[in-house]
Amino acid sequence: MKVRIDPEICQGQGRCFSIAPGVFDFDDLGNGVVIGDGTLTNDTIELARLAQSNCPEHAIFIEE
Amino acid sequence: MSDIVEESVKVPVHDFASDWDHTDPQWVNDPYPIWEDLRERCPVAHTDRYGGGWFPTTHEMVSSIANDTEHFTSRMVVVVHNKYPPNFIPAPIGGAPPITSDPPFHSIARRVILPAFAPGPVNALKPQIRALCNKHLDQMVGHQFVDGGTDYAQFIPPGVIASMLGFPSEDEEIFRDIVHLVLDLIDLPSEVRGPLFQPMSEYFGKQIDDHIENPRDDLTSYLLNVEVAGQKLERQHVAGTMVLILVAGIDTTWSAIGSAIWHLARHPDDLARLVNEPDLMPVAVEEFLRFYAPVTMARLVAEDYEFYGCPMKKDDWVLLGFPAANRDPNAFEDADKFVIDRAANRHAAFGLGIHRCVGSNLARLELRVAIEEFIKRFPKFELVDGDTVTWAPGQVRGPRHLPLRILS
Repeated sequence: MKVRIDPEICQGQGRCFSIAPGVFDFDDLGNGVVIGDGTLTNDTIELARLAQSNCPEHAIFIEE
Repeated sequence: MSDIVEESVKVPVHDFASDWDHTDPQWVNDPYPIWEDLRERCPVAHTDRYGGGWFPTTHEMVSSIANDTEHFTSRMVVVVHNKYPPNFIPAPIGGAPPITSDPPFHSIARRVILPAFAPGPVNALKPQIRALCNKHLDQMVGHQFVDGGTDYAQFIPPGVIASMLGFPSEDEEIFRDIVHLVLDLIDLPSEVRGPLFQPMSEYFGKQIDDHIENPRDDLTSYLLNVEVAGQKLERQHVAGTMVLILVAGIDTTWSAIGSAIWHLARHPDDLARLVNEPDLMPVAVEEFLRFYAPVTMARLVAEDYEFYGCPMKKDDWVLLGFPAANRDPNAFEDADKFVIDRAANRHAAFGLGIHRCVGSNLARLELRVAIEEFIKRFPKFELVDGDTVTWAPGQVRGPRHLPLRILS
């Protein structure tokens, strides 16, 4: 399972990297970026989902 | 500035659906029942005041407008009587880039300031913000009665912003006057309001000149020297962005801090939870932001456009109610309840789309630290009397006077 952020939709609301700092980071402009290739583990999947449910722009996608 | 101005006499609103006015006392004191009523029976309200405007009340509509920069322009974002006043600065620079900018210039102006407000530089300010909070709390300790607004909340954001811009911190009162003029005195006739901007322009001019002569490591010098496509920014651009940072960085967060304290004063259970469970703070901060979102924005209709059946005309105002969107039951479970540990919270307190509040990371940090420090000093407090709380009018909502009794 993988998570990705659509950079066209992300506006840097800053919720993902606050909620799941092990999964997401931010770039120089403050936009969210996925750490590594976005592969989720049993330890990170719930946090990634929580971040997704807090993204005001609906920019986070979790795919099988 | 504030002494010159008398409040103008207003015609009270009888029906907000056809005659809304966000400076009406009923709206200023408690807008939520008005918005709920409009959302159910309207849901786009209209007014002939301010030269004509609309007020959509659902999250879906607010989101749709915020993301539609083609039909809704940001040339002016504060509803006033005169849409294009004599001091109006036309696109692409506009009055306060990037908030007053549309694409494509918007992203150029925004990229200039985003790095300064990214999480890295903002988080570095944490010790400074904490010290500032404690400086003011030190002066409140030992008093049984304090004012959460005038003794505390109003001091935090100006101190931080002054230091970022490199303005003298003793000019705080001037900053609050500027904010008052831009955001509160919106109901004045333009011939009265216009000249009041002169001292503000002079103040910013003086700061710019001083920074040209004595460059230093702050945001003002950065703006004066940064190059976009090999060119420095025009002086008007620098001044406009400074106005934006000052105005948007002060009243807003001051209001958010005040509203959070107001909530905790009236909900001892939530106060006790935050005191006992400090780890809850980040989640609670988001619910404070959702439930008491201070900022309503505005747009102008770019060309005649039918929106959800409403015949919007070019240059009509659209009041963009992010706080109303945050209370929409179609977007939030138990939208009308403050849930301190709300897990899923896609609130729009910082706006949606390309104009997302540039200072959101800073605002969040200030709100969090200000509340953390306040409840560390005062783990129990209550409102002295709800009737003595006064609220800022217009597009930024928060308590100005917030009399509290300290219990422990």
